[in-house]
Amino acid sequence: MNIHEYQAQNLLKEFNIPVPFGVMIASKDDCQAILGALHFDKICVKAQIHAGGRGAGHFKNDLGHGGVKFASSKKEAFYVIKNMLGNTLVTKQTGNGGKVVHKVYLVEPVRFSREYYVAILVDRNLRRPVLMLSTEGGVNIEAIADKSPEKLHKIIIEPSMGLTISQIKELASRIRLTTEQTQELSDLLLQLYALFIVKDCSLIEINPLVLDKSGHFLAIDSKINFDDSALPRHPDIVKLRDIEEENPNEVEALQYNLNYIALDGNIACLVNGAGLAMATMDLIQYHGGQPANFLDIGGGANEGQITRAFKIILKNPNIRGIVVNIFGGIVKCDAVAQGIVNAAQATLLSIPMVVRFEGTNVREGKEVLNSSGLRITFADDLDDAANTIVNLCK
Amino acid sequence: MSILVNKETRVVVCGITGKAGTFHSNQCLEFGTKIVAGVTPGKGGQITASNVPIFNSVQESVINEGVDTALIFVPPMFAVASITECIEANLKLIVCITEGIPVLDMVRVSVALEHSNSRLVGPNCPGIISPGQRCKIGIMPAYIHRPGPIGIVSRSGTLTYEAVWQVTQRGSGQSTCVGIGGDQIIGMTHLDVIKMFNADPETEAILMVGEIGGNSEELAAAYIKQHVKKPVAAFIAGTSAPQGRRMGHAGAIVSGKYGSAESKLAALRDAGVAIAEIPSKMAEALFSIYSK
Repeated sequence: MNIHEYQAQNLLKEFNIPVPFGVMIASKDDCQAILGALHFDKICVKAQIHAGGRGAGHFKNDLGHGGVKFASSKKEAFYVIKNMLGNTLVTKQTGNGGKVVHKVYLVEPVRFSREYYVAILVDRNLRRPVLMLSTEGGVNIEAIADKSPEKLHKIIIEPSMGLTISQIKELASRIRLTTEQTQELSDLLLQLYALFIVKDCSLIEINPLVLDKSGHFLAIDSKINFDDSALPRHPDIVKLRDIEEENPNEVEALQYNLNYIALDGNIACLVNGAGLAMATMDLIQYHGGQPANFLDIGGGANEGQITRAFKIILKNPNIRGIVVNIFGGIVKCDAVAQGIVNAAQATLLSIPMVVRFEGTNVREGKEVLNSSGLRITFADDLDDAANTIVNLCK
Repeated sequence: MSILVNKETRVVVCGITGKAGTFHSNQCLEFGTKIVAGVTPGKGGQITASNVPIFNSVQESVINEGVDTALIFVPPMFAVASITECIEANLKLIVCITEGIPVLDMVRVSVALEHSNSRLVGPNCPGIISPGQRCKIGIMPAYIHRPGPIGIVSRSGTLTYEAVWQVTQRGSGQSTCVGIGGDQIIGMTHLDVIKMFNADPETEAILMVGEIGGNSEELAAAYIKQHVKKPVAAFIAGTSAPQGRRMGHAGAIVSGKYGSAESKLAALRDAGVAIAEIPSKMAEALFSIYSK
């Protein structure tokens, strides 16, 4: 799960990590009052969307270039906020459609002398959390990692020990910090690691972490992602979810434990297992079609979930055909069949559907579909299923 | 011989009284697996409808029934406690089917695993089966398998069945099939399983199924290039997948140039592995370089 920058900054603050003063605005009506109460005049206005590359993005209406703007007065800030809220911001991560800005974050600008990049995440090969710190922060961090890997310092964290003071001290001496700065960085990183563990984060990124003019560390911008599987034990984090930022069909799918991702094509897919779902999409493309979605109904889907899944994929107005590919294990073909029948009858399904069943209760599944009266083409195997649906949708 | 399991393997099912646990224990028993115990805390002393004795802990099942392997169906928030219990009971093999275990829970248990004699298959996997040994420890449909010389290893559940079915339909069969699981943190990797297949005299050829993300396939490819003389074929799912949701910059930095389908396919080709371009041709790719 993803959260906004202002929420991430609040979490850092909660864990005693120094951040610049900031306030979020979601409504133009609140604008005057909030601006009036600010104790500074120069204001950094930052669009809050769940996508990176905001600074280099552009707005569809008026404001032009940049989702992060410096205003030299409250009057200018007022103009910027008014035009940002409700406007659409397009960045390299949003796709061409862009994302509507529903919230902006007003931050006191900070003058700083040095910037760093800090991240904590789990390295799947090492099976351990790693902390990364680069002596060059800023937007080009990926290029830095690629071209000057020596500037990127990596600490592998033993889960039983946690991040240790000696690891941090060694890092601090490599990047030539003073004793005071080392102490400050140590406090900061220990708190950051605590946040990572306590809240089951999958990623924390501070970019940039700066040394301000008075020589203190300050987290200017941050990004935090959470492990979806751990959300059941973090009701406080679940409350931070911003549904407006997510595809409504994907949100609905998640409620029913379905893994759904909307795509641009016109052939809807309903498959069990992420690997088989990807393979089915690969084959649809191979035969000249375009998948309308990725949908993995998961390991233990029941009839009710299948009905939901079916209704969700049918909400996409572009679809011209459906392919169902089930290789039953825990999932039983007859349960899938009954779920399909329920949904198809409720929605008066009129587009072609190709079904490929194999595995647990395959015979029972086919019987359910056969006796339903639905117009269904059965496929013998994976390739046949993909090929048939592509031809039916031509 | 098969790898990891055989007809002597004695299995305890953790979470045997749950819905999935009950259904799949029965399927395994029908296939011939020696499921000799179940564990559900609080239900110790009872007996399942299929006559399997239930214990309160894994340790009790070891003492009473000589269990050496576990099959876990425990819900995600409790699964790691169950895996830990199996490690503490010094089981040889732990197969965890459970989907949705928090990543940091898996990080913690990985450390315990490294300091133990136990091997973990999964989580979020279909399990392991050796048709010739009548041993099925998992949720795969039994009828698609046939005893034979092909070792299959895969990150995906249902795509494993696909690979198995293709091999069976061509009149061949499997020595052992291992679904290693699709999570970020798993127990045995492609590399671990391929090493065992390479050493197993009954496995004559290997079929490996991978997915985009991580670098498990690249590591396996490097080993195959150096050490594996047996024919190997591979399929990588996700060539058509649009760039997924990126984990900020850091995800890209950690995986570096690894993780894409192109990177995996290039490494495998370089190792002399036969590539199936599409998933319906996995067995075809294998039998283009292996025949018996």
